[in-house]
Amino acid sequence: METIFALLIGLIFSAALYLMMSNKLVRVLLGIAILGNAVNLLIFSAGRLTREVPPVIPVDSYIPLEVTANPLPQALILTAIVISFSFFAFFLVLGYRAFQDLGTDDVVEMRIAEPKGEAEPPLGY
Amino acid sequence: MNTVIFRTIAPYLSALMILFSIFVLLRGHNEPGGGFIGGLIAVSAFAIYGIACGVAAVRRAITFHPLSIAAAGLVLSALSVMPSIFLAQPAMTSQWLQIHVFGTPVDLSTPMFFDIGVYLVVVGAITSIALALEEREQK
Amino acid sequence: MAANKPAFDWAAAWVMDPTPLADWLLVAPTLLLMLGGATAIMLRKKTDIQPWIGIGTIGLVVLSNILLLAHVLNNGIVSMVMGSWLPPFGIAFTADAMGVLFALAASIVALCAAIYAAGSIEQSERRYGFYPFLMLLLCGVTGAFLTGDIFNLYVWFEVLLISSFGMIVLGNEKRQLDGAMKYAVLNLLATTLFLVTTGLLYGMVGTLNMADIAMRIPQLPENAPVMGIAALYFLAFGMKAAAFPVNFWLPASYHTPRIVVSAVFAGLLTKVGVYALLRVMLVVMPEGREWLSTLIGLVAVATMLTGVLGALAQTDIRRMLGYIVISGIGTVLAGLAVGSEVSVAGSIFYAAHSILCMTALYLLAGLINLLGGSYSLRELGGLYLRSPLVAACTLVLLFAVAGLPPFSGFWPKVMLVEGALAGGMGWVAAGILVTGVLTAITIGRFWIFIFWRGGPEGVTDGTQVVVQATEEKAVIPVTVLIPLSILTGLIILIGIQPEGVMAIVQKGAAVLVDPATYVQAVFGVKP
Repeated sequence: METIFALLIGLIFSAALYLMMSNKLVRVLLGIAILGNAVNLLIFSAGRLTREVPPVIPVDSYIPLEVTANPLPQALILTAIVISFSFFAFFLVLGYRAFQDLGTDDVVEMRIAEPKGEAEPPLGY
Repeated sequence: MNTVIFRTIAPYLSALMILFSIFVLLRGHNEPGGGFIGGLIAVSAFAIYGIACGVAAVRRAITFHPLSIAAAGLVLSALSVMPSIFLAQPAMTSQWLQIHVFGTPVDLSTPMFFDIGVYLVVVGAITSIALALEEREQK
Repeated sequence: MAANKPAFDWAAAWVMDPTPLADWLLVAPTLLLMLGGATAIMLRKKTDIQPWIGIGTIGLVVLSNILLLAHVLNNGIVSMVMGSWLPPFGIAFTADAMGVLFALAASIVALCAAIYAAGSIEQSERRYGFYPFLMLLLCGVTGAFLTGDIFNLYVWFEVLLISSFGMIVLGNEKRQLDGAMKYAVLNLLATTLFLVTTGLLYGMVGTLNMADIAMRIPQLPENAPVMGIAALYFLAFGMKAAAFPVNFWLPASYHTPRIVVSAVFAGLLTKVGVYALLRVMLVVMPEGREWLSTLIGLVAVATMLTGVLGALAQTDIRRMLGYIVISGIGTVLAGLAVGSEVSVAGSIFYAAHSILCMTALYLLAGLINLLGGSYSLRELGGLYLRSPLVAACTLVLLFAVAGLPPFSGFWPKVMLVEGALAGGMGWVAAGILVTGVLTAITIGRFWIFIFWRGGPEGVTDGTQVVVQATEEKAVIPVTVLIPLSILTGLIILIGIQPEGVMAIVQKGAAVLVDPATYVQAVFGVKP
């Protein structure tokens, strides 16, 4: 099972990184969205894969009676999902604004902050 | 989207969803649920209402600006961290108080207020994004 | 029930000593900033009182950080676990001398920015939320400096990142959107890498508390991928800190926002990456640092040299300062590469100095723009006659940033060079010294072009320009004067009287070099 998950995570990571290396802003954003999911799956499998036994300790016991699912990675993933969701929303708005204002979705052509052929610094003292 | 059936049903549906979101919020301490998911349900209620009746109607209905709601939630959460300062315990230690309303015991606790704060933050923040996007749609 | 009842009394293990009120100073800054930020959001339409909320809240945070520093210096490392959970399970806030020193410097810098912004940020931008974002950014930065849990560190990173996104687009100019896009994507990539590595680390040790990880890593089997995780952390935090091969986002974006926003970014953001590197590489995985030591040294020297050479090649003074920020990061990494107590102390000292100094320089760039009407080295000139005071103040800050005595940048550089020579890494020491010389050339050009020559490029340095300039003495707004004099005063004070800061950074370095005290403070017992 772990092997399949490892391969799957690798596959999603490579898809995300491939998209992020594109020139087009939309693809970069999609890459970011996929990357977040790849990371979540990675954290999930880092917490060991177990059957769906809830991590609940019976009232009269002190430790769980059998091997349970690990609750911590799920808490981490929930946090990471919330964060990546809000970032993605921000990026969508920012990317849309950038496309409207800069008139391009090609990241190579976005050179307003660093224009080509800027004046060189003065020479000598 | 703007059919008569949808417009007639939407207010009732939204009201029901908000009620459900509060139910999910309050059962969150011991059972599945909680502030975050409850907040998302409430946001979807506002979104449905907004699609049916327009963004202006939603803004009227919630009275306060969504960002103010989020900020109020942050204040509530931050304050609910503090009561344990008076009992010489670390921050966020939960404090419980049982009151009786007409003979029914009701547990009040700082985690509950923290969760209500989270609920308000989620409702405020995501409603403001959703409304902004819907407004753009309707223009 | 009887079957799995443990031998000892669990209820007794949960009884805690009462938490003294002073320990609450640990969470006070973050709570204050959350409350202040939320209040400012609710009152965002009242643009007149926004600055007062900001200055008041951050002023309280400075005070609270000073008290916390005194508490830590008197009583050693302070730790508090949220919600009365026992240490490895609850989220711990742990403050040592290094974390509190950085938090204090950060809050001072934010206070200066809040005062400066009162005069420079327009009404519409106040309404859009400069002060709430500033407070939430500082909340994230302070939380990152004071937390003792590695996942919590990630959460604070994201808090400061999302507030910085809000700040960088304030004003909505085209170039800001361009810069913000690059800044946002690359920084998100860095934090995602941080999260990936934390996931792998959790899979390896099964805990997230930094002290607990430090305790467990030596007990791992031989084939555990500790080195790989250390290398990934170095990449992730190196990207946040703007270390050499992964620093293109900084010069691409730091010159685009409002100058006060640039000042806050230059002071705070990269330093959080530096802090995380120092904390994780030294406390959590010291073997990883030893293994990577040569690589860190190479990255440090490359960052210093490319930074300062980049600064030499710029026309826009804001971009020039951006490259100087990078060069400073290299200097801090040099101490991490060596890893001896004196070097680490030098790194902490230099980072704290850099927080104050870079913010001051960016605020000064704003003032230069106010006086000279431009950020371009070609279009500026003759400002000495308009305001000798500003010229003198600039000279102090520039000397400090180049590490010339008697200002605050000198002492850490001495410690770093001494440490590098003693640690057998002479080439790192050489890198620091060469960078010092090149920085001196850069700042010399900066000062001579902007202040000393008679006028901007195109006019001869004749009397005509000079006479014209002398007629109007510059009036410096009070919102600029106060923050600049606070920062310059501190830089001079630290330069002349370094003993106080030296004592603090030595305490901080002692903890980093020997993490046992850190572990002991969190768990309350010797490991």
